[in-house]
Amino acid sequence: MTKHRILRQVAAASAVTALAVGLVGCGSSDSGSDSGKQETTTTAAAKESALSPEQAEAAATTYADLVFASYSDTVAATKQLQSDIAAFVADPTDETLQTAKDSWLAARDAYGPTEVYRFSDGPIDNPDDGPEGQINAWPMDEAYVDYVEDDPEAGIINDTAGVPEITRDVIVEANEEGGETNISTGWHAIEFLLWGQDLSEDGPGERPVTDYTTAPNAERRAQYLTEVTDLLVEDLEGVTEQWDPEGGEYRTEFLADPDQAVTDILRGMGALSAGELAGERIAVALDTKEQEDEHSCFSDNTLADVINNATGIQRAYTAEYEGVDGTSLSDVVEEVDPELNQDLLEQLEANVALAESLEEFGTFEEIIRSDDDSEGRKKMNELVENLQAQGDAIAALGAALGYEVSLEI
Amino acid sequence: MSSPTGRRVARGVLAFVVLGGLLAACSSDAPDRGAAHAAAGPTDAELRDQGGADGTTLNQGATAFAQGMEALDSQGRRDFAVGNSFFNQNWVMAPSSTVARDGLGPIFNAQSCSSCHFEDGRGQPPADDDDPERGLLIRLSVLDDDGDPQPHPVYGNQFQDRSIRKVPAEGSVQIDVTEEPGTYPDGTEYSLGAPTYTLVTPEGKEITGIVVSPRVAPAMMGVGLLENLPASVIEAQADPDDADGDGVSGRPHMTTDEDGKEVLGRFGWKAAVPSIRKQTTEAFANDVGITSEEHPDQPCTDAQAECLAAPTGEEDGEPEINRDKVDKIEFYSRTLAVPARRDVGTPDTTAGQKAFAAIGCTSCHTAELKTGSDSEIPALNDQVIRPYTDLLLHDMGPGLADDRPDGDASGSEWRTPPLWGIGLVETVNGHTRFLHDGRARSIEEAILWHGGEADGAKERFEDLPAKERKQILTFLESL
Repeated sequence: MTKHRILRQVAAASAVTALAVGLVGCGSSDSGSDSGKQETTTTAAAKESALSPEQAEAAATTYADLVFASYSDTVAATKQLQSDIAAFVADPTDETLQTAKDSWLAARDAYGPTEVYRFSDGPIDNPDDGPEGQINAWPMDEAYVDYVEDDPEAGIINDTAGVPEITRDVIVEANEEGGETNISTGWHAIEFLLWGQDLSEDGPGERPVTDYTTAPNAERRAQYLTEVTDLLVEDLEGVTEQWDPEGGEYRTEFLADPDQAVTDILRGMGALSAGELAGERIAVALDTKEQEDEHSCFSDNTLADVINNATGIQRAYTAEYEGVDGTSLSDVVEEVDPELNQDLLEQLEANVALAESLEEFGTFEEIIRSDDDSEGRKKMNELVENLQAQGDAIAALGAALGYEVSLEI
Repeated sequence: MSSPTGRRVARGVLAFVVLGGLLAACSSDAPDRGAAHAAAGPTDAELRDQGGADGTTLNQGATAFAQGMEALDSQGRRDFAVGNSFFNQNWVMAPSSTVARDGLGPIFNAQSCSSCHFEDGRGQPPADDDDPERGLLIRLSVLDDDGDPQPHPVYGNQFQDRSIRKVPAEGSVQIDVTEEPGTYPDGTEYSLGAPTYTLVTPEGKEITGIVVSPRVAPAMMGVGLLENLPASVIEAQADPDDADGDGVSGRPHMTTDEDGKEVLGRFGWKAAVPSIRKQTTEAFANDVGITSEEHPDQPCTDAQAECLAAPTGEEDGEPEINRDKVDKIEFYSRTLAVPARRDVGTPDTTAGQKAFAAIGCTSCHTAELKTGSDSEIPALNDQVIRPYTDLLLHDMGPGLADDRPDGDASGSEWRTPPLWGIGLVETVNGHTRFLHDGRARSIEEAILWHGGEADGAKERFEDLPAKERKQILTFLESL
């Protein structure tokens, strides 16, 4: 999840290494033109960062603008969700439920591309108070929150004896209490409360609107849904504030060390690509063929999540986003090594396209459940390998610029 | 606790002992166990990369124990992710729509591996009766006329305190802690919390006539490296008759594998288990109630009718977890990287490291070992690692004894646990509870609990000036 401190240590360590290698390099140039040693000297120079301080700062600033803009749009979309859920809870009908579901999907489209801002101890997932685990933890063990097929009394919502009152504190404390799949908050808790378990082969969950009218504990369920949605909005607002160009605390810290900032940008891209997305979100589901292993299993929105994550990785590099101008990381890499830049741009573009192309084979769930030699599974396997390779390429690009980029998640 | 007079006597011989220890340390911290640097001692990089060059992660945050080794190939990374998923996710009761993950119980201690090994880290005892499962379980036995442990006719070998609906759990565990105050020779006071365990039936009746062994879940990282240590490397450290007269007499825990062949036990608090696969499938069977090819039986005894009658998650002759999933969890466990040491080479950690060796801790907490060359996972081969364990059994004295023999280990023998990562337990798991049942509330308390073969080292620790004691703790926290 988080590695600010180590990365700084690594950066310091490689600076020392660079210095040492540099000294050796100097010595060797005196002793003649041994080509191997000259190469060492060149590498040492690159290690000190191929980007000028101005270039690194420009890329970091534009990225910070992108982060703020995209989080701000996510907050706006999530507030719409909040207001539609309030309307649904006040008057639960099939129509108001559908409106709430539609805004959940729209808000997810805004959130998905921002996940690339993780993995560097930023506001979203720093170990002290980063809310990522509260915002987006998955997979859920549904029975921890509400009833499931064969177990009508399951979950916090139906545990009237153990949890007399559904409050914010109860829900927050329950998250990941006693197990990593005991998820009580965030996107997927809301998703589950809107859609319900996905018990069909070819569609999302079909939670009846009566769950919020005549069913047992309907009011507690409504209370739960309201509380988790309010919490999500607050968490996202808190993260967004930190990046505000007008006094955002983390933004200031981030821009104070442009080399570290560029390392963080690349790390978010690489770790999401090779680790979280390729591994946790796609490879596991391909292996188990279980819809519980898909990211947004209740709403069948997983393929959109995948595309959004891939798009976010691309966007972090190009900074192409409405309302964001300025020099992107891609622009400055172009200045120092056009070939490296073009290669990565092509890869990023191709993987977004490959992810989008999966839609013709059905939903994520349909693809993972299809025959082993089906075209959809083949393409999805290809996407896993390409996203791993993309992560490696991002780390390699970092190394070429003089940044050590870990792909750990 | 010794009398003041006893202390003075002990201090009288201390100078000699420490000197001897120091001399020994030169050889024990730069051992001739196949490591490359018999003369020079390890470099800072080697001290840092505790899991070897290929098995160490620089992560020092909340996921420091949960990282895969970097050298994994594309398929390896996928298998790691799948193993991780099955390690983390809750098992649910059968029947359910979640076919691949049903079969929990009927009686169990935990719903998933990660509920005890949270983020692949260490469990802890419950804070109070209402505290949820955190990774302490109770093994139990009845002793026969020869004093040998036999399964309890009702509860078997393990006390499962949770159950699926319509099946009674075996009961609950009551922990009473007595404070035992002590004083360092320099007058500094401390207190150790000595736990006693009472097992109570659901009806509130105390279960008597049993011996119990409470155990917390240890951290997972680096187990693949420990598994790949040649048996000869571990056995070479043994000194069962204390031929060298240092008061420490480690011995290997020989056990048998599924084919009846004699093999070295390495895992578990008493080294009763020879392999990660066996440890994994036993834990699935006993802790989670999940059957496998290796352990096809549910954790019910003949006396537990509801347990035996409960629906299972077995389908089409397949156990609740199939071979492929066990393979992936095994692979995942084997390839969990060891976190790098922090603060290598600072004055305090360097001094602490020297003192740690000088007072004899490294007699059991072996600093450096080299893995074998035959693993199918290249990252595990030929790694010079610094686990700070000899994987041998040592008599730790009556204070720590559970009086329940386990395999060939006596009631007072325990395997030296590895110390790598010990300083990150607080970051990863939010606590500093150590030893087999988590009774120690800090690393310092864990040291003070040492007895038996470790009595000498413990007393030498107590006799150190406060500053040096602190340096040893600082060193341990950097592991």
